[in-house]
Amino acid sequence: MKKLLLHKAAKPLLFLLCLLPFAWLVFGAFTNGLGANPAEYLIRATGDWTLRFICIVLAVTPLRTLTNTPQLARFRRMLGLFAYFYVVVHLLSYSWFDMGFEVGDIAKDIAKRPFILVGFSGFLLLTPLAATSFNRAIKALGAKRWQTLHKLVYVIAGLGLLHFFWMRAGKNNFAEVFVYAAIIAVLLGWRLWRFVGQKRKNRQSATAGSRVQLSKP
Amino acid sequence: MLIPSRDNGFIHPNASDITPRAAYEGRRDLLKLMATGAAGAALAGWAGREALAQSASAGKLAALPGAKSTVAGAQTMEKLTDYKDASTYNNFYEFGTDKADPAKNAHTLVTKPWTVEVEGLVKKPGKYGIEDLIKLSAQEERIYRLRCVEGWSMVIPWVGYSLAELIKKVEPQGNAKYVEFVTLADPKTMPFVGSRVLSWPYAEGLRMDEAMHPLTLLAFGMYGEVLPNQNGAPVRLVVPWKYGFKSAKSIVKIRFVEKEPSTAWNKAAANEYGFYSNVNPTVDHPRWSQATERRIGDGSGLFAKRTKTLMFNGYEQQVGQLYAGMDLKKLY
Repeated sequence: MKKLLLHKAAKPLLFLLCLLPFAWLVFGAFTNGLGANPAEYLIRATGDWTLRFICIVLAVTPLRTLTNTPQLARFRRMLGLFAYFYVVVHLLSYSWFDMGFEVGDIAKDIAKRPFILVGFSGFLLLTPLAATSFNRAIKALGAKRWQTLHKLVYVIAGLGLLHFFWMRAGKNNFAEVFVYAAIIAVLLGWRLWRFVGQKRKNRQSATAGSRVQLSKP
Repeated sequence: MLIPSRDNGFIHPNASDITPRAAYEGRRDLLKLMATGAAGAALAGWAGREALAQSASAGKLAALPGAKSTVAGAQTMEKLTDYKDASTYNNFYEFGTDKADPAKNAHTLVTKPWTVEVEGLVKKPGKYGIEDLIKLSAQEERIYRLRCVEGWSMVIPWVGYSLAELIKKVEPQGNAKYVEFVTLADPKTMPFVGSRVLSWPYAEGLRMDEAMHPLTLLAFGMYGEVLPNQNGAPVRLVVPWKYGFKSAKSIVKIRFVEKEPSTAWNKAAANEYGFYSNVNPTVDHPRWSQATERRIGDGSGLFAKRTKTLMFNGYEQQVGQLYAGMDLKKLY
């Protein structure tokens, strides 16, 4: 399995796999396969896929640590970029098919529907992350700062969830929202639990160290 | 030599010149085949859209013909919504909140036998079996615009008669000021009855003059057939100048009352859904604009622009006087 992950075809294969939902939507759009309201279908489906890719990319590190598979790390950046790809298509579909690229109408719509503002903020925050996903950007920023910047994804996941929750609030229909919320809660909860555990360990080794020092004189 | 004259309309071609129905339908089938066939046949897909959009009725349900209605406003010339879209994109929360849910789940609805109870402040209350109710007055076909409060619209050829015909028969008493419509809430056949979204049974209401207006339709069919379950079989209301949720589906009780009845969406969110709920582009829903709408299933698909919503959904000439002097911003 680990060898397979390192195979040179693994990345291109995953790339194609990630493109599959998009290809499916384009095919549907051209063959009348998106139901009675194709604009709504496209907007919703690309939103769903954005959220799914955020879940997938957040699952990489826990999966890598728990299964001791460091090879997984090499796919993380691409998965993150696909989350950005789908949110861009989501935003374009909304601006084009729902709003006809009328900037004034979009501004009015955002004022009327705050959940769109929340979604748009998520997109804005995701943009610097996507823009710094190449090696030179990491070098220029320094690994530490780059990592701190990319922790923004936790906030973005929250905004995405709130956007989805708010959109479904009109119909009190939260079943699907709760599924995504549970997944994201587990993935972020695992990080928090590890972070607290790490801190405690550090403190313990620090006090152990001072005890050693105390016994010295 | 054949000299064309005014009577040319009566010179018919040879029967052999007329394209047989099977042949021209066959050509459409070919288009459809191209549309649904090989991947990448994108252009054929667009061609096929047109072909699909023209096949109006599904031809699956019992026929219910209606004579062309003479009621003013009952014959809009706009392009009909494709039957497939009108019967697969529905709000009928008893069968689920997703638009595709009713078409998937409503097959469990039992529409025979069906009784509609007329009660309350009337001189002749009674229970009507659906067979008798259908025969109560002549069926008419009425082509109405339907505007959903969510911002989409359709054009649907309904079959039914003016609710006024029934109201006249049951003779309301002088103090009957409103009509309440109660719909079926059967948890055994309606999987989402009991969900927290709305209070059940779904109830709607009209003021007496609204209920008596000739455009207010008691509908039993659409597209020349009886109603599909997901569209509110076997009998529903259609009030074309109000948002769609006012047109209650699968009605089991019609009650004449003195006070304004409470209605399902008003109970769920009074600040968002008023009792009147007339289509009004100048009064926004608190959470979205009502100025424009998306027309569903008219064949223009993804690239169709949203169109401007009309006051009273374009029926202002017919119904505007019912609301003379009322502040429609307050009584939304």
